[in-house]
Amino acid sequence: MTRKTKTMNLNFGPQHPAAHGVLRLILELDGEVVEKADPHIGLLHRGTEKLIEHKTYMQAVPYFDRLDYVAPMNQEHAFALAIEKLLNIEVPIRGQYIRVLFCEIGRILSHLLNITTQALDVGALTPSLWGFEERETLMTFYERVSGSRLHANYFRAGGVHQDLPGGLNEDILKFCHTFPKVIDDLETLLTDNRIFKQRNVDIGVVTKEEAIDHSFSGVMLRGSGVAWDLRKSQPYECYRDFDFKIPIGKNGDCYDRYLCRIEEMRQSVEIIKDCIDKMPSGPVKSVDGKITPPPKEDLKKSMEAVIHHFKLFSEGFRVPEGEIYAAVEAPKGEFGVYLISDGSHKPYRCKIRAPGFSHLQAMDYLIKGHMLADVPAVIGSLDLVFGEIDR
Amino acid sequence: MSTTVNDLERTVNSGLTTTVKKSQINFNQLFIDVDIENLISVILFLKTNDKCRFKQLIDITAVDYPEKEKRFKMVYLLLSHENNLRIIININIDEKTTVPSIVKIFPSANWMEREVFDMYGISFKDHPDLRRILTDYGFKGYPLRKDFPLTGHTEVRYSEDKKKVIYEPVKLDQEYREFDFESPWEGTKYIKQEEEKNKNKDK
Repeated sequence: MTRKTKTMNLNFGPQHPAAHGVLRLILELDGEVVEKADPHIGLLHRGTEKLIEHKTYMQAVPYFDRLDYVAPMNQEHAFALAIEKLLNIEVPIRGQYIRVLFCEIGRILSHLLNITTQALDVGALTPSLWGFEERETLMTFYERVSGSRLHANYFRAGGVHQDLPGGLNEDILKFCHTFPKVIDDLETLLTDNRIFKQRNVDIGVVTKEEAIDHSFSGVMLRGSGVAWDLRKSQPYECYRDFDFKIPIGKNGDCYDRYLCRIEEMRQSVEIIKDCIDKMPSGPVKSVDGKITPPPKEDLKKSMEAVIHHFKLFSEGFRVPEGEIYAAVEAPKGEFGVYLISDGSHKPYRCKIRAPGFSHLQAMDYLIKGHMLADVPAVIGSLDLVFGEIDR
Repeated sequence: MSTTVNDLERTVNSGLTTTVKKSQINFNQLFIDVDIENLISVILFLKTNDKCRFKQLIDITAVDYPEKEKRFKMVYLLLSHENNLRIIININIDEKTTVPSIVKIFPSANWMEREVFDMYGISFKDHPDLRRILTDYGFKGYPLRKDFPLTGHTEVRYSEDKKKVIYEPVKLDQEYREFDFESPWEGTKYIKQEEEKNKNKDK
């Protein structure tokens, strides 16, 4: 006797705690086995690229904070690099070190959120409570340099907005000494945890070739055993000065990606320590008055500074004609900006290449044949943030 | 084996000969211009040729130049892990051209082409699933075209009478204002020339 089976359609999201934002996933189920997944995105689409075309280069920076809002400065970095290359200006060495410092803080911020929420999705509550306390500390560092916890607007073309306030270096160092202990604690909760392993090992396996074919980058690529990190392979800023290791996974499953992220956090702590240790003195932004605003005290004394200040904050600076693609290794993968300038004070076109976009695209291929309960585990390990996917 | 951008330019030019209309290196990245008919063969060549190995598609996008006859420029960004190089392929097309889809070569092109379709209204031949992706269900118009207004055409609100969210034409209390800060003032020429002279002297 054969029984006819019928597939069932299930609407996962757009408001689902395990969807990490506004993801609407239409699943075709045969019993509990997923046969097809069709992600509907764009529910958080704000038209960032269109808005940037109507803003000056300096006004466009805050939009980058709002893309991947878990690690804002890494996004600003790609945009700043693109403009600087077009303008052909050099960032002073202290500015570069500060940028690296805060990019690595951003990496820890993002990985902490991802690891702990992934654990939350598969049933562990405690990691998120411990992890978020550390994130709060890191965000106070953000606040102390830029004035806000999340939307920093700190990396500007030509350098960073302001120098580090006094005492910040010491506090970051203090954090670097206590934080590895927290990673150890998180690991005792998760790494050998039977339930966590059952939910993650051999789930969402990606082979090397498929990872490349599906345009994966960052941890998604390294988890499958491809040694590729833009910080090493196409070093930007002063990453050449630092000695760090790139963890690489073996099996390409959710568990390996988790392990990669844990190790990357440890490496980031080392980079931060090294960075503070070697921090040179000097200006933090380009001294070219046509690009970066003058210091506040000059406005009282120098007519030229007043003119520069006025022109920069009304018209903004002009960028010579040209097109460029600049990419950085953001915590989630390769974040790129394809910028076209027509010589005016506004970008003609600014295409944002978000890593999560390609990762989510592979959802159908990743989840086919898995059980429904694996969907949150896979979404968790993809490290999705809808700010950047929907743009 | 480290291939430089210059080597790559030579390989591409000798391998593809006349299909490459123009090649140039800017900021250490190779830009090539090709014709729409040759797109598939060029991408296949770049992916499979031993000296190129552009195995990863980074992004597909388009740019709108409304004043030009061939209005859109399609941009394909490729990356080679083995050679640590990037290449950017440009194709100029007009509004009515259908672009061949490269989903068969790179599966990840699927959503990227959907996005271009959504934002610019460029359609793709042989695309398995060409739907809108980022904009709202039932959205009309192509938002990233230069003639699409920044404010859009419709706005939504919850209607208390109908007990549902409704769409209405955009009503702004104040017109959207685009300030023209751009000054034609470039500084007097002779000062610039003096500056140039001084610069050359320093060198």
